[in-house]
Amino acid sequence: MTHDAAASPILKLMNVGKSFRKQVVLKNIHLSVYPGEVTVILGPSGCGKSTLLRCLNGLEFINEGSIRFNELELTPKCPQWQAVRERIGMVFQSYHLFPHMKVIDNILLGPLKVQKRSKDDALAQAEELLERVGLLDKRDAYPRELSGGQQQRIAIVRALCMNPEVMLFDEVTAALDPEMVKEVLEVMLQLARQGMTMIIVTHEMGFARAVADRILFMDKGSIIEQGNPTSFFSEPQTDRAKRFLQQFYEIETWKGREVI
Amino acid sequence: MELLGLELLLQSMPQLVKGLIQTLMIACYSIIFSTIGGIVFGALQTIRLLWLNLLTRFYLELFRSIPILVWLFFVYFGLPLFFNVHLSSFACAVLVLSLWGITEIGEVARGAFQSIARGQSDAGRSIGLRTIQLYRYILFPQALRRMIPPSINVYTRIIKTTSLTVLIGVTEVVKAGQQIIERTGEAILIYGCLFFFYFLLCYPLSVLSRKLEKSII
Ligand SMILES: Nc1ncnc2c1ncn2[C@@H]1O[C@H](COP(=O)(O)OP(=O)(O)OP(=O)(O)O)[C@@H](O)[C@H]1O
Ligand SMILES: [Mg+2]
Repeated sequence: MTHDAAASPILKLMNVGKSFRKQVVLKNIHLSVYPGEVTVILGPSGCGKSTLLRCLNGLEFINEGSIRFNELELTPKCPQWQAVRERIGMVFQSYHLFPHMKVIDNILLGPLKVQKRSKDDALAQAEELLERVGLLDKRDAYPRELSGGQQQRIAIVRALCMNPEVMLFDEVTAALDPEMVKEVLEVMLQLARQGMTMIIVTHEMGFARAVADRILFMDKGSIIEQGNPTSFFSEPQTDRAKRFLQQFYEIETWKGREVI
Repeated sequence: MELLGLELLLQSMPQLVKGLIQTLMIACYSIIFSTIGGIVFGALQTIRLLWLNLLTRFYLELFRSIPILVWLFFVYFGLPLFFNVHLSSFACAVLVLSLWGITEIGEVARGAFQSIARGQSDAGRSIGLRTIQLYRYILFPQALRRMIPPSINVYTRIIKTTSLTVLIGVTEVVKAGQQIIERTGEAILIYGCLFFFYFLLCYPLSVLSRKLEKSII
């Protein structure tokens, strides 16, 4: 792991549990995320990955345990969710850009209306970020005029322009055509190299291996295995993780056969 | 005979137009109040709070199950009797049509808000917008666009329903027509004229609504 052992975690989850009515979706989650660390969460569909991310910025509230974000205790009644969300960026599977606003207004909404920054300052940063993801020429376009991959890169910029301390990514390439996946993953990889603290849910195994400092494997609402990517992918400890990875390798071999 | 009809029409026109203006005033006020109130009412219905939901439900059912005419009578004759509140027939007409219009536009607005994907709220919240800001910058502008065509349909219904207010003594266009008929006996000509007026008011709106419906999707 890359973090310095003396540093204190940005996010610390202790015994977190969450249920929807009677259905338990998360249980006994213990997790510390350190500054600059890239955590990738893997797991079968429905195991609670999205819910876990959504609990971190208060889109869902936990029923048990505690979440600490830097110095703040994040309880459901915590009055400063807005302040926390400003500092935790989130990117979604289906982008969720605001369709009635131009790209640049999508990006500036948070910095101007929530953070009350000056227009000049926010605009300069927005343009710099757009430049970095190669979409400066789309600043005045509407979301519907962009491809999925472009929309997703804009969504990343929208989150980044708030200068978050942590970025959450929930299967951000799952809705994209294969040729657009790469352009989005490259942006994320670049972010990771620049030292952004990231928590990523993904089904792209190659990307997970390349970007992660640490892999968490979830099943039925619990983290059942964690480790560095090399050891996780080469020798998973639990049967569940083995079977999960097996499925991906099988699909890879199908692809191989098709090519032949 | 031909000439006589035309002459009569010209003679009665000022009175008919006066009635028409009254009709339009009632419709305009009601449409304005319905729109403002309806948007708020629709937004309130999307908030999940039990007491609030019961309250809005109750209000909605009052206007769904009781005819407008009965409401007009109730407000015009009942309010002075039971509550000692006296309103002019014009005010009663605007009040009832607005209260009814609020439920109608409210339903339109609720549908529009609910048709906006949950992801829009999630995305808005995740950049730190407060609830008010979320409605103001994200949900409301999108809902408004979707609301326009069905709202216009409600507006034409409000215009048509103003004709009921004749029964609580508003001298709107139908009443004006009746007065002329009583005086002259030219029922067909005058009713034909009313027919034409309503058509002239409502048909363009209905065409507009259909056009917008196509262009917005
Ligand atoms: N708002 C909700 N109300 C009720 N149940 C929910 C809600 N959101 C999620 N769930 C349930 O919680 C469980 C975990 O869902 P979650 O979306 O976190 O899974 P996931 O790991 O992200 O799955 P996927 O890989 O398919 O995205 C699922 O069984 C789901 O049905
Ligand atoms: Mg998910």
